[in-house]
Formats: sequence, structure tokens, C-alpha cells
Amino acid sequence: MAVFEKPVEVLPEATVLFAGDSGDGMQLTGLQFARATALARNDLATLPDFPAEIRAPAGTTYGVSGYQLHFGSVPVRTPGDAVDMLVAMNPAALKVHLPRVRRGGTLLINVNAFDRRGLELARYETNPLEDGSLEGYQVIPIELTRLTHEALADSGLDKKEIDRCKNMFALGLVLWLYSRPLKPVEEWLAQKFANRPKIRDANLKVLHKGYHYGETHELFAVRYEVRPARLAPGLYRAIRGVEALALGLIAASHQSGLPLFYGSYPITPASDLLHELSRHKNFGVMTFQAEDEIAAVGAALGASFGGALGVTATSGPGLSLKSETIGLAVMTELPLVVIDLQRGGPSTGLPTKTEQSDLLFALYGRHGEAPLPVLAASSPGDCFYAAYEACRIAVRYMTPVILLADGYLANGAEPWRVPDVASLPPFAVKFATEPNFRQNGDVRFLPYRRDPETLARPWARPGTPGLEHRIGGLEKEDETGNVSYDPANHQRMVKLRAEKVARVAREIPPTEVFGDPDGDVLLIGWGSTRGAIEAAVERLQARGLRVGSVHLRYLNPLPPDLPAIFERYYRLVVPELNNGQLVRVLRDAYLRPFVPLNKIQGLPFQAREIEAFVADLVQS
Amino acid sequence: MSDSKRPEENTPRGTRPAMPPGARPAMPPGARPAMPPGAGPAMPPRSRPAMPPGAKPSGDGKPRLTRKDFASDQDVRWCPGCGDYAILATVQRLLPELDVPRENIVFISGIGCSSRFPYYMNTYGMHSIHGRAPAIATGLKASRPELDVWIITGDGDALSIGGNHLIHILRRNLNVQILLFNNQIYGLTKGQYSPTSEEGKITKSSPYGSIDHPFNPVALTLGADATFVARSMDRDTKHLQAMLRRAHDHRGAAFVEIYQNCNIFNDGAFFQFTERDTKPHRALFLEHGKPLVFDEGRKGIRLDGFRPEVIDLTDGRWSIDDCLVYDETNRELAQIMARIFFRPDLPQPFGVFYREKRPTYEDLLHRQIAEVTARKGKGDLQALLRSGDTWVIEPEPAEATE
Repeated sequence: MAVFEKPVEVLPEATVLFAGDSGDGMQLTGLQFARATALARNDLATLPDFPAEIRAPAGTTYGVSGYQLHFGSVPVRTPGDAVDMLVAMNPAALKVHLPRVRRGGTLLINVNAFDRRGLELARYETNPLEDGSLEGYQVIPIELTRLTHEALADSGLDKKEIDRCKNMFALGLVLWLYSRPLKPVEEWLAQKFANRPKIRDANLKVLHKGYHYGETHELFAVRYEVRPARLAPGLYRAIRGVEALALGLIAASHQSGLPLFYGSYPITPASDLLHELSRHKNFGVMTFQAEDEIAAVGAALGASFGGALGVTATSGPGLSLKSETIGLAVMTELPLVVIDLQRGGPSTGLPTKTEQSDLLFALYGRHGEAPLPVLAASSPGDCFYAAYEACRIAVRYMTPVILLADGYLANGAEPWRVPDVASLPPFAVKFATEPNFRQNGDVRFLPYRRDPETLARPWARPGTPGLEHRIGGLEKEDETGNVSYDPANHQRMVKLRAEKVARVAREIPPTEVFGDPDGDVLLIGWGSTRGAIEAAVERLQARGLRVGSVHLRYLNPLPPDLPAIFERYYRLVVPELNNGQLVRVLRDAYLRPFVPLNKIQGLPFQAREIEAFVADLVQS
Repeated sequence: MSDSKRPEENTPRGTRPAMPPGARPAMPPGARPAMPPGAGPAMPPRSRPAMPPGAKPSGDGKPRLTRKDFASDQDVRWCPGCGDYAILATVQRLLPELDVPRENIVFISGIGCSSRFPYYMNTYGMHSIHGRAPAIATGLKASRPELDVWIITGDGDALSIGGNHLIHILRRNLNVQILLFNNQIYGLTKGQYSPTSEEGKITKSSPYGSIDHPFNPVALTLGADATFVARSMDRDTKHLQAMLRRAHDHRGAAFVEIYQNCNIFNDGAFFQFTERDTKPHRALFLEHGKPLVFDEGRKGIRLDGFRPEVIDLTDGRWSIDDCLVYDETNRELAQIMARIFFRPDLPQPFGVFYREKRPTYEDLLHRQIAEVTARKGKGDLQALLRSGDTWVIEPEPAEATE
């Protein structure tokens, strides 16, 4: 058969979704395509979407596993609003993910899976390939299973082993379609199956078969190309949010010289952070899988008392359980980092779905007057810097810090420019070693005598001779730390603790405005919505509107320069994945008519949703 | 105090009639008393040891510090007559004798009367959250194994709100001392029944009698695989000090239940075991390798199968050779002794019920870190950040090389 050079259409960006049964290897396929895409120097964002069920029955809709990938030569800020190409390995995958595909999008379908049994399992009454329901899409039917078996007929592998290779056919084909090199995947296969040459060769063969299928088959009149993006120069790697959190904590430990103690109780999606950190024991990381959420944070606080970097992470109901100990950390003024990977709530809620509904709890969810710094991460890679900063603030101000991330950030991935360790913010720690009070021969250590600049109390580790002292949950007398029920002292201490947290604002860097520096609308966001908000800003600007956005890393205290920025816009919109939380905080702080934009579906924003809301608002 | 009730109204335990010990049916004729393996040499009935059980002679090392050095400048605010005073004094007397620098000693407590303890000790300390002292101590001890960590807790703190943490610190076996002040009542909240209060107890929250079945702390901690379990009492400070010293010497989680009198809300709860008139025949002191005798050697304990029973050593029928010789490393014996729990027919055991050697959590934690570090090399942060698939974006984008 003659091989024709097929025409290449250049696209600025594209969104591909690989979907199949949990056992079809879709996460792997997606990951390898993401890798090839990264190596082709596209900007990209990914969203793995796997079922909550651990081993869902094969072929069912609730067993569908998907991996969505948005890549471009232009800046890519979200995993993509609408899918350009869906690779559906079975009917259930088609059924679950068809709603995500844009009209006119391409459906690459493994038709061999569309037998009676497959259709029944997916609860299709009629075959969608035949009943006209896919009209308006470009359907590419491929006998993926049969072609894979044909290619491997002489491989010596059994039917099951051959079946497992069919994802490589799909991968090879999609690589060809988007003009991606095969080499990175070939190298990866060679490494992964180095000890199993038969499997390696079978996978390689099917990968090539898929690639050549695109080259030779008349179904494919055109292939696409997405050119390299203009990324800042440097060394890059793909990173998931949980990996970045783990690296940020380890970096904080390394730079501060404080051993990292991580107490955690398994909970979705925070467990992945425990998995990640427990791999890095050669950095001196102590991981402690506690008996419950309370013990996890208690042990972290106990470690902090001893002079370690005490960290805990949780999700959903776990944060409620940690509340009392966080209050103790406020009172004892010990550093403690609590990472909350938010998920849909209340109660067990939507454990595998994302939400931003813990903000008010993070700010106010303790009895008594118990303010603490609250930070949020805005992208998978940003999790690294947010975790580092949370640790730095906790230690510098001797305070618990809550860092808010969410399930979407934790599992999502993006290219990440690897930082130079030397470029990280300085993180020096000084423990108290000497008495801090000397007067007329009276030499004492006063555990609540504060640093005049930060108002932080000294950190004296047990084991330091002469600085023996007691701390605890009872109100402390100013300076001495002795138990005190004195009315005026209580008021003074409440004010001092609040002022200490407020002083964190002094080191918040100037707020950066994305988009127009003044104009019709300012979008004010926090957390994982950054990509969708900034993508919406660009689209709105392209429509001729003057729109900007700010994204808040610091939710308590708030950046001091916000009021001046708010002045410059006609309308202030607050998009959030909750029922309106930051918007209340802002109204309370600035007494302005902030407009809420809320999505509470367990799903991230799509840029087009924000775009449409703002466009309507401006017209009204 | 807002409590208008007179303390006397709240003392059901103290009003209990003392039961005659050894009120058990006689053995069937011809039955041989069972002897445990490893029974030690017989001991003459009246030869009580000069030292309290478990105590060690004072060492040659001259303690640099005295009891006063361990008292903080804070006024002790327990009620006059509270058993906590005796425990505090005992601990403050013991610490100078231990070979531990004062700055390495840390007391961690929860919430309750007993948990005020750290404020009165001139050491490092934390008065934490109700029930959570074991959790906080776990983080401290795991990250700072060189510290000497003492947990001070009570029956409500350790067995009710903190029950979960107690059993887990015991199974993990951190090398700490856990002192449970058991007064069978909630004192700081002014007199509700606690998880160790007996059934039928009349308290403010149980005016018609408690319907809760009580915990047996020794049985519970043995069930949690504690590596050291002992019981003592506030009124016998010699025995208490000996138990605390042994708890400290034990490498692992050492649990000591201390019967502590709350003279305000539960006065006399343990008087049958602690007061001079009844103590000899109501308290049984366990000593490793020694036959179980009490009532000044007049009575002993033997095993009938798995059942302990009192034998009279004065009427010629039984001798000291028939008594059970205690072995504190025998888990089964410990379980049997633990189940002698407020029984009218048997004396209540005190002393070390059980001990075993097991690696501590902190040792295992740091050994694992050391092993992984030896295998993988000390972590290189820059290399870690660069790990995985990486690619370089050049300042002047060139064509992608394939």
C-alpha cells in the first residue's frame, strides 16, 4: 500500500479524552500521551477522572475511567471545557463522556466492544453506532480489539494479555493524529517491560500498528499539529498537585532544617499525600498513620512542640475533627500546618469530587477567638510554593496555618518549571536557647514574650536546659505563659493573637492583576479556579470587554492592596465552587457590592461558564 | 463551689461493707492444687520483704537535683485532701533519683483534675486537650526519642473521651510512662459517673443509679497489648514510687493505674484496699517470682484450673508451696489477675501485672528512616525536584528534535 503524505492542519489547542473500562489502562494511556505532549513543548493541563468504586464491574458506566488532556501552543489554563476528540474503548465510556464532547468533535470508537453484552452493560437500549444518536459528531469506527489480536496472533501471548495491549493501538493512533513522536513511548515501554521482553515487544508492535493505521487508512484525511508553546525557559516536568504538596513540604523541611513530621489518617483525596511523603524517608521524613484524624493532628502538634515541622492533611469531615487541636495550636502558639484537600460536603458528601466549600470553616471553624492564617494553592504546580509558604508562615509567626487545596488540584497535573533550590525564599529558624528576661538578678525564660516585629513567641524545645516551661490550653498570662483568669489579660491576649496573625499581611507581596488593570469587571478568585477564571478573562477581553482578575493566595489576612484594586473596576465578581463564601468575607471586609458566581456540582468551572456569566452581567 | 451537696452523700463505694476474703467453697476432696510452671522457692508466711514490692535500693549515683527542683512556682490548686497531692509528691521525689536531665523530661496531660499536673512540675510540659495526651505525646516522642515523656491522665480522660488514643499508643509501644489517676468519678465537672464508676452509682448525672458497665483498666490495657501494666494507689506512696520507677525503667509504653481518692465527689472509693483496717486482707501485692500471699502471710492465692481462690495458710491444710508463684512475664497469668476486679471473695491485685520486651515505635520509625537512607542515600532536594520525566525549554526555541 502506498503511503501518502497526508495534509497537516495546525491547531492552536486541542482537548483529548481517553476513556474506557477501569481495566483498559486509560490512565496510563493518557499519561503517556501527556508526556509526549509535554516533550513536544506544548502547554498542557490534565484531569484524570476515575471511579470512586475500587473495582467496579467491567463494562459498566460506573467503572469508566477517563483521562482528559488539554494542550496548546497558546497558554493552557484548564483541562479543557469541551472535548475535541474522545477515544471510547467501550459503550460505557461513550455513554459517560459523550456529553463532554463538543458538537462536531471526533469520536474514535472501538466498535468491537459494541456487542450485545457491552451495550447491555452500558444500558444502551439501541446501538448508538446505528441509531443516529451520534449524528453531528465525526465518528471513526475502528476494530481496535480485532486489529490488536490480528497483530499479535503470533506473539505467543494469551487472549487476556493481548487484550491488555489494545490501549497501545489507541495511543499510537492518537499520537499519529496529533503528529507526536513515538520515541518517548517506545523508551518508556522498553524501560517498563525490560524484564518481560515478550510483553514489551507486543506493546511496541501494537503501538506502531496504531500509528501506521493512521498513516495508511483512508478514514484519516488529515492529521493535526499543535506547535510548541512559548513557555518560560527552564527545566520542566509534569507534576500533580499532591506531588507538588509533598515536594513543597520536603523543601520547607530541607531549607529550614526542621525535620518533617507528617501525621495523617487515610481519607480521600488527602491519602495520596501520605502515600507520596512516605516514599521519601531518606529526607528524614517521619510519616505517622494515626488511629484517627484527631490523633493525626495531635501528633503533628506534639512534634511541633518538640521542634519539628508538624504537618497534617485531611479532607472533608476530617477537618471538622481536627478543629479542637487547631484551637490548641492557636492557644499554645506552636507552628502547625493543616492542609485541607477540599471535597464536596457536608458530611461524607462527594468524596471524589471537588469543591471550595471549606473556606469559612478554615477561617472561623473553631470555638473562641481563634484566628489563623489561611492560604490557598491555585494550580497543581503552585501547590509546591503554597505548601512551602504555609510552613514558613507557621514557623515565623508560631501559629497554625490552614492551606486550602482541593481534589481537582490534587489529582490534576501540569508542566512545572523545576525551581532552583537556591531560589526558594529564605527559611531560617532560631530556637530559644537562653533566658529572655533579666532584671535585677532575676533571670527567667518567659515563653510568651514576643518578637516585637512578628509578635511570635519564642520556640524553646524540650531538651533545652534552663528553659523548662509549661504550655497548654488554658488562657496564658501575657509574657509568663502562666495560667491566668484575669479579665484584662484575656482581652489583651485575644487581641495579641489576632494582631500577630494580622501582621502576616505585612509580607504579602503586591497583588498581581491578570488582564486589564482597570475597566468593567474584576474577577476575584481563590484556589483551583485560577485557570478557568484567567481563561475567561482572555476570552472576555477578546470580545472587547475590559476585564481583569486577581487570585488570592492569602485569604487571612487579606492582601492590604485589594481596596485600591477594587476601586478601578465597575463590577466585582467572585466566582467560587461553593454557595458563596469568599464573597461574604469580602463584603464583610470591604463593604462593597460583590457579585457571587457559584457552581456547586462537584466539578471545576469551565471557562465558558464564567465568560457567559460576566458577559450577561455587563450587558444587564 | 456551686455544688451544694455535701460530699458525704456521694460516697457509695465507701459505704460498702467489707467482704470477708476467701469466702469460696472448699475444694473437692483429693483435688491437687495446680502449680504454675516456674514456681519459685517457698517463702515463710510472715517474712514480708523490708522493701516495698518492686522497689530497688537507692543507687550510688548522687542525684544532682532534689524534689524542690521539680516543683514549679505555681500554687497547687487541687482540693485539700485530694489523692493527687500524694502522687505529685511521689513523682517529684522520684525524678531526682532517675538518671534523666531535667530538661529532657516532659509531662503531657489531657483535661481533668489530674491533668493540671504538668503545671506543677518544673519540667517541660503541655496541658493539652481532653483525651488527646497520648496523641500529642506520640508526635513528641516519635520525633524526639531522647526525651523522657510522661503522660498524666484520668479515668474520664483516658478511658472515655481518649479511649481510642490510649489503646493505640499501647499497641504501638512508644517508650513513655502513662499514669492514669483513677478516682471513678468526673471531678472537674463536679461529680458525674465515669467509665470506671461501678454500676448503680448515684451521682449528679445518675440520680437513679448508673446503668453503665465499668471498664477494668488493667484488663483493657492488657487487651490492647500493652507491654507494661501495673496498678498502685495514692495511699501507699512507697509502692507507688516503686511502680513508677519500674514503669520508667521499662523500655516501652508503661501503663500504671493509680487508685486515687476524690474526697469531694467519691470519697473512699478504694478505702477497702488502701486503709489500714482492710488493706491487709483486701489488697494483694503481686511480686515477680514470689508466691501470692496476703493478710500478713496468713492467706494465699492458688489456681484451681484457671480460677484463682483464697487458701488459708494457718490451718495446716495449705502451705506456701500451694500458692501461685507470680510471673509477670506470663500473659495468661496477667489476664487471670486482671479479672480479679472488685470481687468480694478475692483480694484486689496491685503491682506489676505484666511486662514484655517489644521494639518501641520510635526505634522502628528511626531505624526504617536510617535503613532507607542507607539504601537510597541521603535525600538530595534538587535531584528530587528534578526527578521523573523532564524536558528543557531553551531560551530561543529551536525545532523539536524527534
